[in-house]
Amino acid sequence: MTAETAGVARISLAKGRAGAIGDVVFRALTFLFALLVLLILGGVIVSLVAGAWPALRTFGFFSFVTSSVWNPVTEQFGALAPIYGTLVTSAIAMLVGIPVAFGVAVFITEICPIWLKRPLATMIELLAAIPSIIYGIWGLFVFAPFVQQYIQPAIIGTFGQIPGIGMLFAGPPLGIGILTAGFILAIMVLPFISSIMRDVFETVPPMLKESAYGLGATRSEVVWRVVLPFTRIGVLGGVMLGLGRALGETMAVTFVIGNAHRISASILQPGTTISASLANEFTEAFGDLYRSSLIALGFILFIITFIVLAIAKMMLLRLQKQAGN
Amino acid sequence: MTPYARRRLVNAVVMALSVAATGFGLLWLALVLWTLVVEGISAITPALFSQMTPPPGNSGGLMNAIFGSIAMTLIATLIGTPTGILAGTFLAEYSRGGRFGEAVRFINDILLSAPSIIVGLFVYEIMVVPMGHFSAWAGAVALAIIVIPVVVRTTEDMLNLVPNALREAASALGAPKWKVIVTVSYRAAIQGMLTGVMLAVARIAGETAPLLFTALNNQFWSSNLNAPMANLPVVIFQFAMSPYADWQLLAWGGALLITVTVLFLNIGARLLASWSTFKP
Repeated sequence: MTAETAGVARISLAKGRAGAIGDVVFRALTFLFALLVLLILGGVIVSLVAGAWPALRTFGFFSFVTSSVWNPVTEQFGALAPIYGTLVTSAIAMLVGIPVAFGVAVFITEICPIWLKRPLATMIELLAAIPSIIYGIWGLFVFAPFVQQYIQPAIIGTFGQIPGIGMLFAGPPLGIGILTAGFILAIMVLPFISSIMRDVFETVPPMLKESAYGLGATRSEVVWRVVLPFTRIGVLGGVMLGLGRALGETMAVTFVIGNAHRISASILQPGTTISASLANEFTEAFGDLYRSSLIALGFILFIITFIVLAIAKMMLLRLQKQAGN
Repeated sequence: MTPYARRRLVNAVVMALSVAATGFGLLWLALVLWTLVVEGISAITPALFSQMTPPPGNSGGLMNAIFGSIAMTLIATLIGTPTGILAGTFLAEYSRGGRFGEAVRFINDILLSAPSIIVGLFVYEIMVVPMGHFSAWAGAVALAIIVIPVVVRTTEDMLNLVPNALREAASALGAPKWKVIVTVSYRAAIQGMLTGVMLAVARIAGETAPLLFTALNNQFWSSNLNAPMANLPVVIFQFAMSPYADWQLLAWGGALLITVTVLFLNIGARLLASWSTFKP
């Protein structure tokens, strides 16, 4: 505390008017920069709408999002294939990522010895620190060949043979494709989801948990019947936050999805996502309509992630208020 | 099986699964880092730091890309840090509970998680199109837009941890509010605020997507901020996707370099946070 007391002591007495002017100026300065945050968001929306306008006017919003044609030669563009790829890869990421993130959060909050808590939490969070392009290069050279050699043949041999859902797992094992991209996304969103789950699990009053233990509940019963019901909204918020990340993730997906503008029934086949199409084609897109169509894709991605993230944020705010009361 | 034995069994299975999930998470961290070291270590030579990016099929280094990455990261940090700190100060010191502050906080949290490729598109529209060409300035601005929300968030959080008694003590001595903030709040929260800046630098050090449409890439040495500039992430992207073994090796070397930097910044930031006066 010595440093702070010294700081207080060094303050000279205010010189009346000079202090008041300083206050007005400093307040205005911080206000302007706070305003800048809003302006950035406003600017993003305006510039995306302006950039997307030629494409949306030519094709019409509805037929743009429902058409799966993507032909730069005839200048016919539709967003359905990238939207489909974005949603399917994110769904796979959630299917794999949520249970694992939940397990990690339960382990760290309920089982782990105290001395191991911090190092373990840090290591899981380092997964989020590794840049997306590193996951991409690793996915392309290490993970995709592994998937091609061991995992996909196994999936094709088992699930692929089941009548009905078999078509979801059909085709040659290519290594790269929607499933591989979704799986790498799962690893990338895992730390975001689990760290929020961990935080909200810590907000459960110990009294509640101890009462349950006192009644003879096992750990898993305490998690299911006390911790989860108490933190439901926060857990959902964390999941939505992870979903927001997965939807917009670019580089890792670009490396392993195969970049094919088509919708295949099989999740083992190559596809594309909105962000991967942008990363791959934008700098090489000749022609205003081509470029405008790509910006329109970006605009759609922005709307989707904005809604998802806003819902996530509102859920977490509600939990905060609940914990505050 | 008695109900009691079944409950114990269920408990054991659930707990075993959560241990397995943690192991599964750590496994990927270990696998990625291991691969990076194995593949990248042979690319870490003096040439990597002293030669330019080569044409396909030739040996070379990443000197221009390393320079470009450092330059753009530095400029982005210089733009983003003061902006973020001032905006965060407004949220923590002037607008507790205010409507405008609530809105800024909400939007800032959304910008924090918004796809970085969208930031690239935005800067492309506002800088690359009017200027008529790609440039390092545009790349730096795109990165700065990613720095700002991180710094706003940590600055606000850290200032909120400073006990009000300290502010009141300074005000009681007659200090105007801006002086209380600058000499008391900032001094008390400085480690935490620095942590935020380090995390922001770590975040942009490996960002690729926003640079694709802004700084683009440059095969040659360039220190001209008005021209396209080479940078590690985009070079890694280009080289890794190429069929040439030399290029792929350089990509691994660059990937190792970025990852080591990012991990050091992250761990350093955490250490700094654990030394700070007021902890969350």
